[in-house]
Amino acid sequence: MTVQEADGWSVADAPVIVSLQNVDKYFGPVHVLNDVSLDVAQGEVVVVIGPSGSGKSTLCRAINRLEPIDSGQIIVNGQPLPEEGKQLALLRAEVGMVFQSFNLFAHKTILDNVTLGPRKVRKTPKADAEKEAMALLERVGIKDQAGKLPAQLSGGQQQRAAIARALAMHPKLMLFDEPTSALDPEMINEVLDVMVDLAKNNMTMIVVTHEMGFARRVADRVVFMSDGCLLEQATPEEFFTNPQTDRAKDFLAKILQH
Amino acid sequence: MGFLGGYGQVLADSSVLGAFWVNITLTFWSAIIALVLGTAAAAMRISPFTSFRAVSTLFVNIFRDIPLTVVMVMMSLVVSMALGVQFSNDLNLDAYVLAVIGLGLYHSAFVAEALRSGVNTVPLGQAEAARAIGLTFSQSASLVVLPQAFRGAIAPLGNTLIALIKNTTVATAVGVAAQTSGLMKGMIEIHANYVFAIFMTFALGYVIIVIPVGLATTALSRRLAVKR
Repeated sequence: MTVQEADGWSVADAPVIVSLQNVDKYFGPVHVLNDVSLDVAQGEVVVVIGPSGSGKSTLCRAINRLEPIDSGQIIVNGQPLPEEGKQLALLRAEVGMVFQSFNLFAHKTILDNVTLGPRKVRKTPKADAEKEAMALLERVGIKDQAGKLPAQLSGGQQQRAAIARALAMHPKLMLFDEPTSALDPEMINEVLDVMVDLAKNNMTMIVVTHEMGFARRVADRVVFMSDGCLLEQATPEEFFTNPQTDRAKDFLAKILQH
Repeated sequence: MGFLGGYGQVLADSSVLGAFWVNITLTFWSAIIALVLGTAAAAMRISPFTSFRAVSTLFVNIFRDIPLTVVMVMMSLVVSMALGVQFSNDLNLDAYVLAVIGLGLYHSAFVAEALRSGVNTVPLGQAEAARAIGLTFSQSASLVVLPQAFRGAIAPLGNTLIALIKNTTVATAVGVAAQTSGLMKGMIEIHANYVFAIFMTFALGYVIIVIPVGLATTALSRRLAVKR
């Protein structure tokens, strides 16, 4: 793997946070992850791109075992992913996840959405959890929405609340599964800005996205997937200017001509 | 003494309000049993453990498929007589407890099914988000999925409650004589000339009880609906 340089710091010596080793997964007859191996170092921002149906989302969801895999191994924070149960719940608490459709708890206020995990999983006292939640909501720019229900917020605000909810658990790693794909165009940037801010603060991030501008600006490494296979990984500069495989060239030609 | 005066005397001699009160308390206690057992059965039905799901499915199908009268007669014949389970030396109280248990078991199956339809109104992403922040299965069920399922199930739960109110009349089958259907039968036997008036009195009584329940559940289901 090449040495990555971004924002003046090197991730070459940083410990590996996530390691996928020869991961296979099938949905019925479809080989949705085909012998995928990938290491992500602490502080690294890895952007996964590829055509729809290529297995990007499944890859993302496999890392916190929302999708169990059929063979291979996934190691998170030095520990193989546990089976379903208490251990897995503890590991998931360390891995933040942001979904395409936000998935805020629809019956709870924004503040309660953010404090639920700290209070029930970490047993943080209510007052402390709320104080930190308000700070996080301020950080993502929606402090004044704290008392509202998710349905009362715009899509961009909901997604920023979802990011705050994930951050409240102090995750070692954040997974973003197409975080801007369900948003109106004018709301995409407010979410991307929050993600850029996270990346600048050294958060380890795996981002599945179609936002090529974000990939170019923020990614330490771009990973290209097609038909369940991880075909290329390179710096954004290398990947966008000099893709190696025909499928990557084809994909870039299709999306960049607009 | 005219017709109205005569029927007034019949009503005065019979404890109609007392009989309705027995049905209302039967409803209250069996509704609590049905709600607790039905919620447990629904939670087991959505659990990741196959054995839990199997037990819950079996339970729901048994009590949903057997007619209520048969369940009540079974409470009397099997539980009370064959197994010799006795809840009280007072025969009336013993019959009352048997009726509450039978009604509770029978309607818990319908509560479980109402909740399961409520669970189906909760998008899968809600449970995924709950698991993703580290909540265990029971935490995501009790804090995220079931609270939304209850709100989505208020209308069918209300229907089950209305059915339960009226089904308490089947308590006669285990020997709860003091309730409405027992009293109505007795009154008709003695005052056959007032059969229509007696019948209308009890029918109207149930309508008066049930209409507010229907209105309340409709209003509640609107007010508590989860906005998505």
